[in-house]
Amino acid sequence: MAVAAKDLTKDYKYGFNDGDEFVFRSERGLSPEVVADISRRKGEPSWMLEFRLKALEHFRQRPMPTWGADLSGIDFDDIYYYVRPAEEQGRTWDEVPEGIKRTFDRLGIPDAERKFLAGVSAQYESEVVYHSIRADLESQGVLFADCDTGLREHPEIFRKYFGTVIPPNDNKFAALNSAVWSGGSFVYVPRGVRVEIPLQAYFRINIESMGQFERTLIIAEEGSFVHYIEGCTAPTYSKDSLHSAVVEIIAMPHAHVRYTTIQNWSNNVYNLVTKRAIAKEHAVVEWIDGNLGSKVTMKYPSIYLMGEGAHGEVLSVAFAGDGQHQDAGAKVIHVAPNTTSTIVSKSVSKGTGRTSYRGHLKVYPKAYGVRSSVRCDALLLDEKARSDTYPYMDVEAEDVQIGHEASVSKVGDEQLFYLQSRGISEAEATAMIVNGFIEPFVKELPMEYALELNRLITLQMEGSVG
Amino acid sequence: MSDSVGESARLEIRALEVQVEGKQILSGIDLSIPRGEVHALMGPNGAGKTSLGYAVMGHPKYEVTGGDVLWKGRSLLGMLPEARARMGLFLSLQYPTAIPGVTTVNFLRAALKGQGKELPARQFLDLIRKEVAALKMDPSFMSRYINDNFSGGEKKRMEIVQLAVLRPEMAILDETDSGLDVDALRTVADGVNRVRRDGMGILIITHYQRILDYVVPDRVHVMAAGRVVASGGGELVDRIEKDGYDPILREAGVEQGVAAVSAGSPG
Repeated sequence: MAVAAKDLTKDYKYGFNDGDEFVFRSERGLSPEVVADISRRKGEPSWMLEFRLKALEHFRQRPMPTWGADLSGIDFDDIYYYVRPAEEQGRTWDEVPEGIKRTFDRLGIPDAERKFLAGVSAQYESEVVYHSIRADLESQGVLFADCDTGLREHPEIFRKYFGTVIPPNDNKFAALNSAVWSGGSFVYVPRGVRVEIPLQAYFRINIESMGQFERTLIIAEEGSFVHYIEGCTAPTYSKDSLHSAVVEIIAMPHAHVRYTTIQNWSNNVYNLVTKRAIAKEHAVVEWIDGNLGSKVTMKYPSIYLMGEGAHGEVLSVAFAGDGQHQDAGAKVIHVAPNTTSTIVSKSVSKGTGRTSYRGHLKVYPKAYGVRSSVRCDALLLDEKARSDTYPYMDVEAEDVQIGHEASVSKVGDEQLFYLQSRGISEAEATAMIVNGFIEPFVKELPMEYALELNRLITLQMEGSVG
Repeated sequence: MSDSVGESARLEIRALEVQVEGKQILSGIDLSIPRGEVHALMGPNGAGKTSLGYAVMGHPKYEVTGGDVLWKGRSLLGMLPEARARMGLFLSLQYPTAIPGVTTVNFLRAALKGQGKELPARQFLDLIRKEVAALKMDPSFMSRYINDNFSGGEKKRMEIVQLAVLRPEMAILDETDSGLDVDALRTVADGVNRVRRDGMGILIITHYQRILDYVVPDRVHVMAAGRVVASGGGELVDRIEKDGYDPILREAGVEQGVAAVSAGSPG
């Protein structure tokens, strides 16, 4: 994909890179040797190597998905599958290499660290380089580490759950991730513990054609609560990058897990992510998922409501600018009776941007008393912008209540005129309308993320009108 | 208002001709409204009253094909709506638009900022609180999304809240009375009278006389078929109330129903 770097940098404010400061980088392309090398360098147990190699086999056998977005631009042989930026994981900020610090500075990481004294797990390329855990989290028995550390230091818990929600043969990209995964977060919240401060991680791709395959595993024991926040930005390069993450969540009975994502990949990144949660009896799982940027995103956070009375929510926003395709949505599977779910999807398409809502709602025969509501709203900013809705519903039970509403609207002349007639410029009026449109999403975000998102939207609107 | 009510503080509409999508809507309107006066613009449906308001405020759909609109001696033609607002003009819409996700407070903050009239946070909130209360609206309207799921009457009251907060020098109120019950009409009229006392110029567009019982106009104009067909004082209102529009239209040689488009929202 020959997109000039300067063209990308023009409308991407995080379009900087501070040079490659990596220590080890695997050869380009994928083979059993590359996979074995990754596993060896990480000093993994043999079961993980076997897991990886099996996953690689699935990946090779599996055809590329032909539904959804156009993925023909991905060249799997032209990607680095493992890059390790620094020798050791940083324990304190002082130990983090200068070049990496500069990158984080520009992303506001130190601020987040000051504000949130809980663990900041900032992933730079494939390893977590900086990681701190607040003392009282530790004293509560909460585990918050990068996933490699989780495997190394908490093997019993890790092995019990890893790959159980999303098995390697789930889909082609889950298989790829399973073969070459590195980094990501491991979170374990013991029974009855409420983690009051959101756990945050910042992810970042920084080497050309480097795939980032982080793996996140969250286990919330009975009656516990945790809010995990993932924010992503990537610098821009002239070659396409691939980001293919896997996130697994297990919410035990009466547990409550909220997972918030704001992704702002540069517009050459293929962002193909599998996210799935299992909710046991009366557990609550919420995916708050914001997708800006990237070239192509395919992401459908899922919730399997396995226990009676479990509740799932997916609240998502997708923003597609010129040449971008956001194929996003949600999947909720009602396996148990009296389970409830809410899906709210908001998408904004600008220029030649394209958004798709792809939803799957399934109710199994024994799941009586299910209630679910699905609402998707699309906002188009330009004549060429496009939005499609693909809501699949598969209801096999009696006594269910399912509501579905969808709307497509354009930024109306009447709304613009109304705001302008009060003295507000057209560009600002457009940003207000867009920010208003995604307000139901934004108000669920912590303050600084809400402000950042509003700012990003306003930046995106600059020059789009008038 | 610091500057004096001089000859130039006047909205001058001169031989204004307006088209919408190639159709003639206004065919030579002449009106002159000085700041400090209240004029009423009456007329049957489809006369072009609403179109006049939109054209003065610069709605892009209304193409001026002849004549001029001057405010303080300066032509407004070619100016964006926001520029007209910044010069002190205001249009209260017949059907105010909802902006979901934008609260009343944020809407008004952006409007004041856009007009270079920002207030300190405390003072700003106190002002809105006061005006919301004056229009007999619940304080919760401050944090509600502007006009979103408001009743017709609530929207009209909110327009007057905006009028009172933004304090333009010249306001056009398009059918602010329609859809209001007697109590609400009273409240809205009180709001208009309060800003009137500060020397604002006001053009009240209305189909019925009833708001004019509360906001007594200095001058009354009757429009039909895209023209002003009669101007006068309060006696015109009484005559319309008694006999309807037909006699006035007949005298002016206008047949009813010839207006190009019906009045109302341009959407």
